[in-house]
Amino acid sequence: MGGKARALAVDAALGGLVAAAMALPMLGVRLEDGATGLSLGGRFDWVLWAAGIVAGGRLLIGALRLTLAGRGPSLPAPPRALITYVGWAMVAFALILPFLPFAGRNMVDKATLVLIYVMLGWGLNIVVGLAGLLDLGFVAFYAVGAYSYALLSQTFGLSFWLCLPLAGMLAAGFGLVLGFPVLRLRGDYIAIVTMGLGEIIRVVLQNWQDVTGGPNGISGIERPSFFGLSFKMVPPEGSRGFAEFFGLDYSADHRVIFLYFLILALALLTNLFTLRIRRLPVGRAWEALREDEIACRSLGINPTTVKLSAFATGAMFAGFAGSFFATRQGFISPESFTFHESAVILAIVVLGGMGSQIGIVLAALLLVGLPEWFRELQQFRMLAFGGAMVLIMLWKPSGLLSTREPAIRLKDAP
Amino acid sequence: MLRIEGLQSGYGRIQALHGVDISVAEGEIVALVGANGAGKTTLLMTICGNPRASAGRVVLAGEDITGLATHHIMRRGLAHSPEGRRIFPRMSVLENLQMGAAMADPAHFAQDLERVLGLFPRLAERLHQRGGTLSGGEQQMLAIGRALMSRPKILLLDEPSLGLAPLVVRQIFEIVAEINREQGVTVFLVEQNAFHALKLAHRGYVMVNGKVTMSGTGAELLANEEIRAHYLGGGHG
Repeated sequence: MGGKARALAVDAALGGLVAAAMALPMLGVRLEDGATGLSLGGRFDWVLWAAGIVAGGRLLIGALRLTLAGRGPSLPAPPRALITYVGWAMVAFALILPFLPFAGRNMVDKATLVLIYVMLGWGLNIVVGLAGLLDLGFVAFYAVGAYSYALLSQTFGLSFWLCLPLAGMLAAGFGLVLGFPVLRLRGDYIAIVTMGLGEIIRVVLQNWQDVTGGPNGISGIERPSFFGLSFKMVPPEGSRGFAEFFGLDYSADHRVIFLYFLILALALLTNLFTLRIRRLPVGRAWEALREDEIACRSLGINPTTVKLSAFATGAMFAGFAGSFFATRQGFISPESFTFHESAVILAIVVLGGMGSQIGIVLAALLLVGLPEWFRELQQFRMLAFGGAMVLIMLWKPSGLLSTREPAIRLKDAP
Repeated sequence: MLRIEGLQSGYGRIQALHGVDISVAEGEIVALVGANGAGKTTLLMTICGNPRASAGRVVLAGEDITGLATHHIMRRGLAHSPEGRRIFPRMSVLENLQMGAAMADPAHFAQDLERVLGLFPRLAERLHQRGGTLSGGEQQMLAIGRALMSRPKILLLDEPSLGLAPLVVRQIFEIVAEINREQGVTVFLVEQNAFHALKLAHRGYVMVNGKVTMSGTGAELLANEEIRAHYLGGGHG
């Protein structure tokens, strides 16, 4: 035990040293705006804090590992029935969330944001989790969806409900086009190429001034209506407002709640689609392709069509999410579609446990919800993001829910 | 059923097959034996169109299939149980079998499933287990069963004995004989385990460095002095 304790202390000290070295330039030095102009100031107490926290953390984790070591596997995989119940409970909770007493407008707004990422995660899960194609440029299709809606609505005056399927189709089309160069590649190479393609789309959006408005983006995007009923305080000529029609007092919350239910419906649609398609030959072929491409070929499956269909399907859902994003924000610019977004979505899928639908919800709550909750802490917000990531990797290195459930069972099966 | 004429093939600039002639008649079990690296697996892969043949022809049931894409070849009554089994490890046994029927008419899925599970009762017991958790022998059974799900007229087997205990090898070869006898499936088998393969096969070929050097009935080849010395290690079994 003595040897182990020493090893633990050495490990903690080393961790603290590394943290101190990294914190010195990042936390330890700051520019100060003094009377004589800018000067360099120190903030060395912060460095000590960082080193101390890291060393303490290492010590704690090491000690936990030691005490838990003899106890065998910590948690058995949750049974299938339990996961199903939890899933339904989550859906029920999501449905009543806006009407709960503690849920203000702010909370519904944050929940909407989390749901956007849940939907994006579920969309990317088709490509990464099911088909096993590591796509780092997923945000490109999100952007295509958003710009499709913005441009179609502004140029042709089409309504959101008409644009939604169009945006999905356009994004799917882009998925097919961008899927082609990826077909011959495997694993890490797919990641590199898709990352490049994602950036190309963003750079085009940024520079094609005449069409996309360049860095200024597109503003004044039409907000969605409730079957023709406007959510505006003063409904446009010849139409009625939502509040007026239902005899309610006008409230800006109506739109927020409506948007929340809209993204909830879209996300659940994505989920339903994924659950269904896993039982169909196409979905099974995606999973088989992830497992072994050569075996797939020898079973008569054409990998080209299978990969392209996965790419296009994932892209379509990103397109839906993109249109929703555009109509919610009312303003879009290339700023919203940087590589960072792709990385966050991929992190949600991977940390959720590659292929697990509920795992993705949990990961989105942790990675998007948590930093939003910590928004008051401003610059420390991203610490919550990083912290959540580290915790998941320590606790569940293969993702929150990494057991895969077979898509079919025979009726008389145990 | 399957005729291979002057087939040449290889990987890039490395030629692995130097003009191979083999024929498999309907209802036969034909074994191709040879040492490691003789080109046996390359031959099966070339029949399946990956890599493509650089010269020669592959004729399946009277149709020239040389140069067709793999997924087109595999839809013509040919099934391939690849080297190293290559089952889908994270998918259940049942899902693996479903994948085997991916190109078959879904109307007779239930019937085919019953037939395959009848041949391999072990798979029936493990139907909802993940493929990766099966033992080596069970994985080989799954690989063969998966290939049979497409109702092939001819089954290509690549090293079904690879890495298996002798008892399991015997079991699997008995089932291959049964598939051939009871269900009339033609079998073209590639093996390093020459003794078992030639005992099972009606006819056999011996491959050395990408060429067929000998052929004959299974019994003839088993009796051949040279083969005994080279491939049977003095006749064990």
